[in-house]
Amino acid sequence: MAHLICEVVYRGIFQKNLASRITRGIVLSARKSGRWGIAFGRYGDSPQRNGVPAKDFAIVADTPEELEQNMARYEPKEVDVTICVDDTLCKGVESWAWYGLQPINALTVPNGTVLVTSTQSVDELLKDTHRKKTPYNLSILPGKASFAGLWVYKEDHTEVRVLGALAKIAPKFLTIEAVSEAIKAAEWGSDLKVQSARKAYDRLQVRAVMPHEGNPETPYSFTLPKWWEMREGVSIPSLPIGKPIEGDQGYRPVRSDVFKKFSSRTMRPVVNFDTCVKCTLCWLQCPDSCFDVTPELLYDANMESCCGCGICEAVCPVDNCITMVNESAFHDNASQWEMWRKDKPAYQAWLNEKIADKATTARSHGFRYRGQYEEELERGERELGGSSLADGIPGENAEQKGIKVGVHSEHAVAVVTGVAEAPGA
Amino acid sequence: MTTVAQAPTRAPYQVEQELLISGSEAIAEALTLADIDVVTAYPIRPYDTVMQAVAKKVANGLLDAEYIVAEGEHSQFEIVKHASAVGARVFCGSSGVGWMYAMEPITVTPALRIPMVAMVGNRALDDPGAFGVEHNDALSVRDLGWLLTWVDTAQEALDTTLIAYRVAEDRRIFLPIAISCDGAFLTHSQTICKVPTKAQVEAFLPPYNRADLLLHPDNPITVAPQVNEDWVMEIRQQNNEATNRAYGVIEEAYRDFRRIFGRDLHNPWFEEYMTDDNPDVILMGMGTLSMPVKVTVRKLRAEGKKVGFIRLKWFRPFPYERLAQALGKAKAIGVIDRDYSFGSPFGSGVVANEVRAALYNSEKRPPLIGFIFGLGGREVTIENVTKAVELCEHAARTGKTDKGTYWLGVRE
Repeated sequence: MAHLICEVVYRGIFQKNLASRITRGIVLSARKSGRWGIAFGRYGDSPQRNGVPAKDFAIVADTPEELEQNMARYEPKEVDVTICVDDTLCKGVESWAWYGLQPINALTVPNGTVLVTSTQSVDELLKDTHRKKTPYNLSILPGKASFAGLWVYKEDHTEVRVLGALAKIAPKFLTIEAVSEAIKAAEWGSDLKVQSARKAYDRLQVRAVMPHEGNPETPYSFTLPKWWEMREGVSIPSLPIGKPIEGDQGYRPVRSDVFKKFSSRTMRPVVNFDTCVKCTLCWLQCPDSCFDVTPELLYDANMESCCGCGICEAVCPVDNCITMVNESAFHDNASQWEMWRKDKPAYQAWLNEKIADKATTARSHGFRYRGQYEEELERGERELGGSSLADGIPGENAEQKGIKVGVHSEHAVAVVTGVAEAPGA
Repeated sequence: MTTVAQAPTRAPYQVEQELLISGSEAIAEALTLADIDVVTAYPIRPYDTVMQAVAKKVANGLLDAEYIVAEGEHSQFEIVKHASAVGARVFCGSSGVGWMYAMEPITVTPALRIPMVAMVGNRALDDPGAFGVEHNDALSVRDLGWLLTWVDTAQEALDTTLIAYRVAEDRRIFLPIAISCDGAFLTHSQTICKVPTKAQVEAFLPPYNRADLLLHPDNPITVAPQVNEDWVMEIRQQNNEATNRAYGVIEEAYRDFRRIFGRDLHNPWFEEYMTDDNPDVILMGMGTLSMPVKVTVRKLRAEGKKVGFIRLKWFRPFPYERLAQALGKAKAIGVIDRDYSFGSPFGSGVVANEVRAALYNSEKRPPLIGFIFGLGGREVTIENVTKAVELCEHAARTGKTDKGTYWLGVRE
């Protein structure tokens, strides 16, 4: 009797299909060796919203009875493998389904594995990842977070690379042969993706993480009230209005200290206070009221409250005054305004460094116009990109879509096998 | 070098397939096999997963059906009601307050003897806005002439959908059937499921024949004229008789299902789990709570406790005679409700009081405790099921209950 429990921690909507393909792939691979399995989402996570952390699970077991034992719970209380498909989730996850900030490794069993798709190094990831009382393994699957949408799926092979890596982590349940067989079946006989899975399998590195390693911060938490403590009539008290920041200067709204939502953020605004014209647009348009008004009437995006939607950048009338930067470039939620006030030249240097690197400032999700993804593929901008769309992607309903199944140009194959050249490989 | 593969030849449903699908997708497989004619949709979680799965079947050319997105649940149920009257095999469904919004067409459907099959993705009724499972949505129609069944697994959802059409469209019945599926636990969980062949389904499910009730120019009839007090009781009596006939028709359908599909669904009415040795305590409930309960039963059996479980499958018609017989074997009964019925006898849930009534005329009437569990999708934990068994054991020893109902799993 044995079983394997995996969770996939992902960004709502952007990675919904990715997470579901991974958990399905786990069950279908395990089925190839006669095992039983279930794939399901953390239902309380839905309705999903852009970027809101969410979870899918896959459980495989030797017998249906043992599977039932594990299905009897709403969600697993501990998992053998935590698969994190966006490295900024290593900062902790706050979802619709629970309260407080959950460390990414919270459910990982002692000596279990956290598998992260990332272009960062282990040391960088450990700046974000909270400390765990027991040792565990950290494995990095080199690559950018694969973001798509509710109705679209980005064929950049992330799902099969995760499955290949998993075959290395848990060979007792998923052999690379079983994984390859399942991928091939799901891909209408093509073995293009099998190659990507095998490459991930061959190259996976494991780093043991000790209890003293990681982010020492205690994540915020919340205790649910008892039924008789709660107000009646499905009502909750509102937050009080805000207060000035210093003396009677500035304004900071009162924010919930138990529901912060910042773990939804994949990008954050970086503000150039020296070029700000105090037009108030960012402050007015922010859907989360995340801007604090400083005594100088500047606007400081509070990182405990910002969801990273990018509206402030879009409405700001001054070029490069607000720039959205990939969240992985930061390791704390410190106030930018405080930093600016303390040492303006140092702040300018910091700001220039953060916004200069177009590789990280480039939008990490979403497309601005139809066909952008195809263009990026053409230009080779996506180092993990799949085959050229015109060649046809093997997959679901290929026949109905009039796509030629299993036909790939040499060029397309080269792009895909170039996966290992991703930073950090 | 990449191999060039041939696209598989499309020959759907010619051989039995094994698919990894959710309860909702399993229903869509059954609907495709049943070759439904009209389906109406209006999104609400968790029912919307069925709607999406059916849309995909239509889009992929596997199902030739009119797929109508209504502007609300009321219209959704009205449209299929009319389509069924003109001879179409129909499907629709909803969840929680969506189902309640359709209440007017839902109410008139049984009297018109419309064999509509609907899926209810069980969901807590607002407020508070929540989407976890609670059975009050489907139970709200328990007195109206709908046949109601609860399923537990994706496989059972698929099988029961086929059975539902067979029963509903039987000329002796012509009543709507709602298939209740626990939100999340069943609708959103993917498990391995066997999908039968088209030939098997054709052998099991004859075409829908509305016969003399067909609304058609060649068969001029008026449906639902206004009446006075001279007519209503007789019409109700017709519905009552049809519902009573369902006991026999359901048994028949399960017998044929077993013969044609080779899957033994045992007793059509309820599943008995470890009840053969006249256990001290029998727990009872509907839907997916069976999983934690069965796991607990196995655990307690290993500790030497005589505990069993009965999972009720059909709530309407309610198998009161067979159930009274099966429950009479125990020294105490615990009925787990995933619903509430405020101000009811003993403050119990709906199922517990139905069981109390079913036992009233029995010679063997063990003490019965009602339990309210897992409302709004809260996890039914093994700890709480164990607690329920302990309370029932106490009742088994003393022959009486201290309290009619316990709420377990509430923060207090």
